[in-house]
Amino acid sequence: MNFDFSDDQKFLRDEARKFLEAQCTSAHVRAVLDDDSKSHNEDVWKQIVEMGWLGAAIPEEYGGLGLGMLELCVIAEELGRVLAPVPFGSSAYFFAEALKIAGSDEQKARMLPNVADGSLIGCIAVSEGPGEIKAGALATRLKDGVISGKKIPVTDGDIATHAVVLVKDGSGESLVIADLSQSGVTREPVKTLEPTRSHATISFDGAAAELLGEAGNGMALLDQINDRAAVLLAFEQLGGASRCLEMANEYAKERVAFGRAIGGNQAIKHKLADMYVKNEVARSNAYYGAWALSSDAAELPEAAAAARVAASEAYWFASKENIQTHGGMGFTWEVDCHLFYRRAKLLAVQAGSPAVWKEKLVSALEAKND
Amino acid sequence: MDFNDTPDEAEFRAEANAFLSQHLKPKTPGALRSGGREDFLERAKAWQKTKAEGGFAQITWPKEMGGRGGTVMQQVIWGQEEAKFDAPTGPFAIGLGMCVPTVIAFGSDEHKKRYVQKALMGEEIWCQLFSEPAAGSDVAGLKTKAVKDGDEWVINGQKVWTSGAHYSDYGILLVRTDPNVPKHKGLTMFIVDMKQKGVDVRPIHQASGGKEFNEVYFTDVRIPDSDRLGEPGMGWKVALVTLMNERLAVGGSPGPDWKEIMDYARSAGTLSDQAFRAKLADWYVAAQGYKLTKFRTQTALSRGETPGPENAIGKIINANHLQDICNSAIEMQDHFGLIVDKDEAPSDAIFQESFMWAPGLRIAGGTDEILKNIIAERVLGLPQDVRVDKDKTFAEMN
Repeated sequence: MNFDFSDDQKFLRDEARKFLEAQCTSAHVRAVLDDDSKSHNEDVWKQIVEMGWLGAAIPEEYGGLGLGMLELCVIAEELGRVLAPVPFGSSAYFFAEALKIAGSDEQKARMLPNVADGSLIGCIAVSEGPGEIKAGALATRLKDGVISGKKIPVTDGDIATHAVVLVKDGSGESLVIADLSQSGVTREPVKTLEPTRSHATISFDGAAAELLGEAGNGMALLDQINDRAAVLLAFEQLGGASRCLEMANEYAKERVAFGRAIGGNQAIKHKLADMYVKNEVARSNAYYGAWALSSDAAELPEAAAAARVAASEAYWFASKENIQTHGGMGFTWEVDCHLFYRRAKLLAVQAGSPAVWKEKLVSALEAKND
Repeated sequence: MDFNDTPDEAEFRAEANAFLSQHLKPKTPGALRSGGREDFLERAKAWQKTKAEGGFAQITWPKEMGGRGGTVMQQVIWGQEEAKFDAPTGPFAIGLGMCVPTVIAFGSDEHKKRYVQKALMGEEIWCQLFSEPAAGSDVAGLKTKAVKDGDEWVINGQKVWTSGAHYSDYGILLVRTDPNVPKHKGLTMFIVDMKQKGVDVRPIHQASGGKEFNEVYFTDVRIPDSDRLGEPGMGWKVALVTLMNERLAVGGSPGPDWKEIMDYARSAGTLSDQAFRAKLADWYVAAQGYKLTKFRTQTALSRGETPGPENAIGKIINANHLQDICNSAIEMQDHFGLIVDKDEAPSDAIFQESFMWAPGLRIAGGTDEILKNIIAERVLGLPQDVRVDKDKTFAEMN
């Protein structure tokens, strides 16, 4: 039984934590929060690019570090802890993984090295309106090699250079890759409840696009991409949830009311114990997702779904109860609690809401236990 | 990351499994208790003897104590393998897991000679006499008293929730020997002969209808001073050793889980209900969380590390989860869900039965609230609850 990260992976975690605690502080996150013109923190992004983390799970032949998915999971958790205000996930979890599983050799050779060195920033454009995206209801079209339609919101859509786009075509639904710098693409920032990660409306008007994977296989490929991204997102969520518990714990020990630390009151103790239990459930499920992802296990769909459901629940609970534990201070702009509350929501609805993942999970269990 | 045994672990697992296959039948639901209580006890004693003779009785005990001298990891593996068979182990769990280790730690050479081997060979069964009607979570507030009389102590009082008291030969008994010091400081531990005069065992009729526990009354029970475990007033320290010896739980959750309710919903045609499906996802995630957390603990054990109080999360998750699953299954059955007759009720009334058992599970061996305190204080380092009796003597408070 070796259900844990290796010593090397733990070393990577410690190094990443040291680096991020110094280079991606609350001030770095707030620089993006308080400035509408900023889509991300360029200094932090530059340093992360230099560390080579974007290529952690990209094979060496494509210019990556060739480490593996477990190492990317470790990095994701650390980025989640510090609320890194950078388009890392869009590029490394979604775009790179999409290329890895569906790209042709030529596409991989052309784009993965640029993802690894940060010269190409990828994103994924799926949503068109409220609710889960349904195959039949897609409005964005692919015809004669060009796409038209509107995607809203696209996480990191205004920073990205390229997007994986879900479109409708003659054969059903397909995935395509579009270069976002061309004239047939317009991008407008869209305000969301998470200003430290930018979002855009992207309008395609006869924009050139290349197929990613088989035509007509778009929904199945999207599922596979989301399964992989879900595990990585779960680690980001886990990092954030852990940090919320630490913050609440520190505050409960120092804040005094009625002559003693508020952390001595059972209502607070039990609230924090509940956070701890949810976080442990999330951690164990995330580790299992990591195992499934790194070993290409057949269990990946339910492992990813369980990781996602557990992490979304843990982060939601930890971020809201962290505010509650801080009392009035928790509801001020200056205290960081709301940043986690905001990020928790972004990560919970990106790539499908908890309800969507619960349904995926039960469908998988149903099929398996028929 | 992998879920494989090390070569040594695999070898031990194969050895354990071969021994079990030779002596027991693979697990079949209901088979274990089919012959009634007396028969079960006899089979439990026989199995204990077989285990001891085969060198599998107490994996982690030193060889000179009759154990195997093995690792905690081997004990975990043994537990996992034994759980795959119809092994009648219940009656010995408390004695060998908690009581006898306390005798080994604090008893005299005489005690060890007299008790350890007989317990190991399945000849004598032990129970643990700590809880009282007015001392559950706050067990150090217990009232049963012992008064010195020559070379003997005279015991008067009452214990409660004692598992197996009615078939136990001996027990370890925590009593108050000095009321004029703060509660923790006035306790002493004794070995008590359960068959002696003045010990009265009465079954408790539980809310669930069953009678698995007992009250034990002590009226002028005389215990020789030589059967004291540890110094007078040191009882609390001794008790903590007993509680530390609680084995790492290796079983699954007791009762129906997500799989059983999913199977039931499928047969009932309610599996397509969206609200139910969302809940099913939550139950699965919680069950997986518990199972996988145990794998993380096992990984630590496998490396020779000691797991911390993090394991307290298991019972909080499982007990609440069980109650919730049973409640949902009953409501799914609508009016019919009231029926407990095994011949009438779906799934042999397993949901109804566990529904009535679940409240007890949330209380026994540490209530949800106490377990949350343990997590808050020992894992998260938050302050202890206010204890108004802390610096007062027991007599002042009672």
